[in-house]
Amino acid sequence: MLDLQGITQIFGGVTALNDVSFTIRSNEITGVIGPNGAGKTTLFNIVTGIYQQTSGRVLFEGVDISGIPAERLASLGMVRTFQNIELFGKMTVLENVMVGLHSRSSSGLFACSFKLPWVLKEERRIHDEAMEWLRFTGIDELADVTAANLPFGKGRMLEIARAMACQPRMMLMDEPAAGLNSQETLGLAELIRRIRDRGVTVVLVEHDMELVMDICDRIVVLNLGQKLAEGTPREIQENHEVIAAYLGDDD
Amino acid sequence: MVSRKANGFSGVKRELAKYLLFTLCVLLAPFAFLDSYLLNVLVFVGIHTMLAIALNLLLGYAGQISLGHAAFFGLGAYLSGVLTTTYSWNPWLTMLVAAVVVGGMAFAIGFPILKLKGHYLAMATLGLGIIIFIVFNEWVEVTSGPSGFSGIPNLQLGQLVFDSDLKNYYLVWCFVLGCVLLSVNLANSRIGRALRAIHDAEVAARVVGVNARLLKVQIFALSAMISAIAGSLYAHVMTFIAPPSFGFNISVELLTMVVIGGLGSIYGSFLGALLLTLLPEFLRFMHDYDIVFYGGLLMVMTIFMPGGLVQGIPDLFRKLLNLRKGKGGNHA
Repeated sequence: MLDLQGITQIFGGVTALNDVSFTIRSNEITGVIGPNGAGKTTLFNIVTGIYQQTSGRVLFEGVDISGIPAERLASLGMVRTFQNIELFGKMTVLENVMVGLHSRSSSGLFACSFKLPWVLKEERRIHDEAMEWLRFTGIDELADVTAANLPFGKGRMLEIARAMACQPRMMLMDEPAAGLNSQETLGLAELIRRIRDRGVTVVLVEHDMELVMDICDRIVVLNLGQKLAEGTPREIQENHEVIAAYLGDDD
Repeated sequence: MVSRKANGFSGVKRELAKYLLFTLCVLLAPFAFLDSYLLNVLVFVGIHTMLAIALNLLLGYAGQISLGHAAFFGLGAYLSGVLTTTYSWNPWLTMLVAAVVVGGMAFAIGFPILKLKGHYLAMATLGLGIIIFIVFNEWVEVTSGPSGFSGIPNLQLGQLVFDSDLKNYYLVWCFVLGCVLLSVNLANSRIGRALRAIHDAEVAARVVGVNARLLKVQIFALSAMISAIAGSLYAHVMTFIAPPSFGFNISVELLTMVVIGGLGSIYGSFLGALLLTLLPEFLRFMHDYDIVFYGGLLMVMTIFMPGGLVQGIPDLFRKLLNLRKGKGGNHA
C-alpha cells in the first residue's frame, strides 16, 4: 500500500536517512521504531510531504506522492496525527471533528453564504457523522467543550477522531502514546486495533515498546538512518542486531 | 444524541432570533432620530458596519491581517463614481461591476500576498493601500485628483431617488442586513469552520484536507468585494468623493472597529462601527482634545475587554450582578 524505495535524506552534510526501502501492507498495523536519532521522524515527515527527500520515491497505492501538498494527501486517503497534538483550540470538540469532514464535503463560499438547500442537508450529514466519530473514540460526552480545555489524553482521542473523519485508508501516527498514562495507553491500543478493523492501514512511530509489541502486525527498525530489521514483533524481539542497537554492542 | 441535535437546532433558532431583533432595531431606529443630524451619521454607521464585517471575515475568522482595506473601499467608490458620471453607466450596474472587478483583483493579488504571514502580510497590504491611494491622488484625468470627484448621481429605484438621509438610511441598512445575514451564514458553515481552523492551527487544518491557501485567497476576495460594494454605496450617497476618505487612517480605523467590537463576531463588528462612528460626534464639544479621550478609551478597552465589546459587555453585567449579590450577602 505504501512503498518506500531507496529514500535518502541529507541535511547539510548529515545523512539522516540512507537508502531506506520497505513496504507497508494494507490493513496492518506497522510500527516504525529505533533509538533516538534513527531517522523515524524524518521518514515520517517525508511521507507526509513536510520534507522533500534528497532521493528515492514514495509510492502510495502505486502513485508517486513526493512533493504533493499536505491537503491533497488527505483527499488521496492519507492522514496523520502529531506528536504534540495539534487541535483547533478555540473551537469545540465537535467542530474540530466537523473540520475533519471538510475534504468530504463540497459547499462553496457562495452556497454557504446564501444557505442554499443542499448546504443544510450537507451540514446535517457533517454534524451527524462527526458525532459518530466522537462516539467511536469515546469522547462524545465532551462534544461542546472547547478543545483547548481538554486534558491531554482526551485531546489525543479528539485528534484521532478528527483524522478518522477524513475517512482515510492510511493513518500515520507520530508517537500517539507520548504523554499518556498507562490506562490511557491501554485504551489507545484498543482504539488503534478498532481503526485497523475498519480497514484503515495504521503506521506508527512510537517509543513505547510495550505498546508496539502488543499491537503491531509488523515492525520496521531504523538505526543511524538505515533499516536495521523488519518483521513480526516476535522476530524483532529475537533479532540480535536489534538487541545490540538498543542495549549497546558488546563487541 | 437527541439532546445534542436539539441543541444544534436551538443554536440556529438563537441565531435567527438575534438577527430578527437586529433587523427590528435597524428598521425602527430612524423614528427615534427623525430629521436629526444623527440619522445622517447612522448612514455612515451602516457603511462602516459593512466594511468592519468585511475585514472581520478576513482578520477575525481566517486570522489574516490587512492594513490596506480602505483601498478596496476606495476602488469601489471611484469605479462607481467614474463609470456613472464620466461614462453615464447605470449606477446599479456599476455597483455590480465594481464588486466583480475589485473582487477579481483581490483574488489575483491574494495568491502572492497571502503566502506572507504576520508582519510581512501587514506590510504588503499596507503597501497595496498606499499604492492605490497614490493612484486616486495622481491620476487626475480620471479621478480629478486631490480636489475630489463630484457630481455622482444618487441611486434610483424606478421613481424612487435615494436623495434624503431617511431614504439613504434604509438603502444602506438594507445592504447591511443582507451582509450580516450572509456573513452569519458563512461563519456557521463548513467554510467558516475551516477558516477558524486555519486561524488556530494551519498545518493541522491542511493535514485534514483544508486547502488553506485557496480558502484564504477566496475570503480575501470576498472581503474586498463587500468593501467595494460599501464604497459604491458611499459614492452614491455622498455624490462626492475625495482621496482622504480612502487613506491609511481609514484602514487603521476599520481595524480598530473590528478589534474593539470583537474579533470573529459579526455583530461585534456592528458594535465597533457604531461606537467608533458615533463617538467623534459626541466628542465635538471637546474640540481638539477629543483625540485624547478617544486614545484613552482605546487603551482601556484593549486592556479590560480584550475580547471586544461583544464579550466585554456581558462580562461587565455579570460582574456587576455578582458585585450586588456579594453586597447583599454582606448586609445579611
